[in-house]
Amino acid sequence: MSKKLNRRSFIRSAGAATAAAGAITMPSIVLGGGHGKKNVVVVGGGTGGATAAKYLKRAAPSINVTLIEPNKTYYTCYLSNVYVIGGGKGIDSIGHGYAGLAKHGVKVIHDYVTGIDAKTKKITTKGGASIAYDRCIVSPGIDFKWESTPGYDEAASGTIAHAWNAGAQTAMLRKQLEEMKDGGTFLMAPPPNPFKCPPGPYERAAQVAGYFQKHKPKSKVLILDPKGKFSKFGLFKQAWSKLYGFKEGSDDGMIVWRGTPKGSDDNKIVKVDVAGKSIETGFGTEKGDVLNIIPAQKAGKIAFAAGLTKGDWCPVNLRTFESTIHKDIYVIGDSSAAKGLPKSGYAANSEAKVAAAAVAASLNGKEAPVPAYVNTCYSIAGPGYGFSVAAVYRLKADGSKVQKVSGGLTPGKASPEVLASEETYAHSWYKNITDDIFG
Amino acid sequence: MVMKTITRVLLVAGLAFGMSSAAIAGSHGKKKMAPKTLMGASGLALSDTCAGCHGTDGASGGPGTPTISGLSEPYFAELMAGFKSGEIPSTIMGRIAKGYTGDEVKKMATYFGGKPFVPAKQSYDKAKAAKGAKLHEKNCEKCHEDGGTNVKDDTGRLAGQWTHYLKSTMADYISGKREMTRKMKKKVMKLHTKGGDAAFDELMAYYASQQ
Repeated sequence: MSKKLNRRSFIRSAGAATAAAGAITMPSIVLGGGHGKKNVVVVGGGTGGATAAKYLKRAAPSINVTLIEPNKTYYTCYLSNVYVIGGGKGIDSIGHGYAGLAKHGVKVIHDYVTGIDAKTKKITTKGGASIAYDRCIVSPGIDFKWESTPGYDEAASGTIAHAWNAGAQTAMLRKQLEEMKDGGTFLMAPPPNPFKCPPGPYERAAQVAGYFQKHKPKSKVLILDPKGKFSKFGLFKQAWSKLYGFKEGSDDGMIVWRGTPKGSDDNKIVKVDVAGKSIETGFGTEKGDVLNIIPAQKAGKIAFAAGLTKGDWCPVNLRTFESTIHKDIYVIGDSSAAKGLPKSGYAANSEAKVAAAAVAASLNGKEAPVPAYVNTCYSIAGPGYGFSVAAVYRLKADGSKVQKVSGGLTPGKASPEVLASEETYAHSWYKNITDDIFG
Repeated sequence: MVMKTITRVLLVAGLAFGMSSAAIAGSHGKKKMAPKTLMGASGLALSDTCAGCHGTDGASGGPGTPTISGLSEPYFAELMAGFKSGEIPSTIMGRIAKGYTGDEVKKMATYFGGKPFVPAKQSYDKAKAAKGAKLHEKNCEKCHEDGGTNVKDDTGRLAGQWTHYLKSTMADYISGKREMTRKMKKKVMKLHTKGGDAAFDELMAYYASQQ
């Protein structure tokens, strides 16, 4: 891990700084409860949290909005495969700071939230702060179910990347690929459903193959998948075969995908040998030169600590994203059980806007407005080769589900011109969505 | 021009009143009716969902996605109707446009129409732009008034729009994938025969220069 991104040491120093400041200003006076102003605290400054903070200020400038996020730079998971892992542009190409939010009047605190007390409506942080809220929006992203990958745990992720939360992990994976000899194997184990960014592992496989093709043409990408199919299945298989000689059910070609046949669970991870760089599944043991293991996922730590979960995720009212467990706490992004919506960056951005409007309405004593949601997700398989899935949704009248009303995939018979346009749109998408979130 | 405006008014009106939520194509194909869903989202709520691709309030940081703020309402509605019917070729907009009723499109048109058009910050060739200015004056100014900044007569915004978008749109027009009005077709095809792609490069440079 690079020095810049060592989270533990960062939290230590940030915590110390906040604690020192806290001695003078805490608790909660900073947040100006005295003027009758309402306080909203957003926990987590990723795609969901940062969007919610910005859009809340936009909807109701008089509300005090505080965003608490441990890191000073957020690295987007989306486009990390393309810009960093395949493209070698370095992680600054996917990094975003919080100056833009501050400009909108959001108070950004770099600290780590350790508890949310729904009864007293107070948040506690590692830095020792206690912060009162009228409404709280929680957007902690995902955490890993390490028990799903025996032998591979948080400590092991120091040498074998999951790279499923972007930043140092992404940089490490790129570095290992650069150091790998030609003729080596990139061995990837994608997670079981549900997980964030469902097309992500398969775009990554394509991007790594693209890098190999250019620099290490004798190398292989071997995917051991616990699933029988995946997001944009047909489009990825088509792209892999067009660009990287993939043949389904064959070990020829640069990309080899071993899925799990229906009714079988034999391709699940039995054991990871971190030192020996091998993965054992019910089908046998495979060795790699660079490994990438993406464990099964669940809601972020604070969601569990705050008692917002049911099973692995946080149940919410889909019109507002208010927790159905704790009043006045809203859960958005990958952690929420947003039935009907994917765990994608665009969906988190869309959910955040719905939640921000609902919170503003609720603080004004009004009914939550009718929500609107969209998802758009691009994948880039190689230069001039992009495709997408998109959907427009409405809330079902009984509130039980976010219902897709239109959308779908890039057609399988799309022309090279269309695929090239989609790649261009993917880059524009990145520029616009990150500006919408952090700008 | 009068004819064109009437067609547009009819088109928009048809969109507004001819559709109901049940008429929206559901994800389950033809067999099932679309489920009952909550209608009545505001222009703001609907428009905020576009920002991920088109930029906050429709001002795109580009280069592929066009800026959609500051357009005339009928023009916006006409584009969405064209995407929805497939009359206007698209990669992704057709899939998305099918999700909205005419009433919703109208709300978005009003919302974005009320937001300022923000010219794209992009590079361009100065010499080409100077030539393009003359070509515009001669061939386009009559409908795309004020150097292509005026959208009042329900024309598209040219000045300050992203070059990549203008180029791919023009390629669709010239190849016949997208229909032009009779008047525009005459001008465009004449210019294309006479000046080829180079003439359009110069026009685009001129539009890019207006920042």
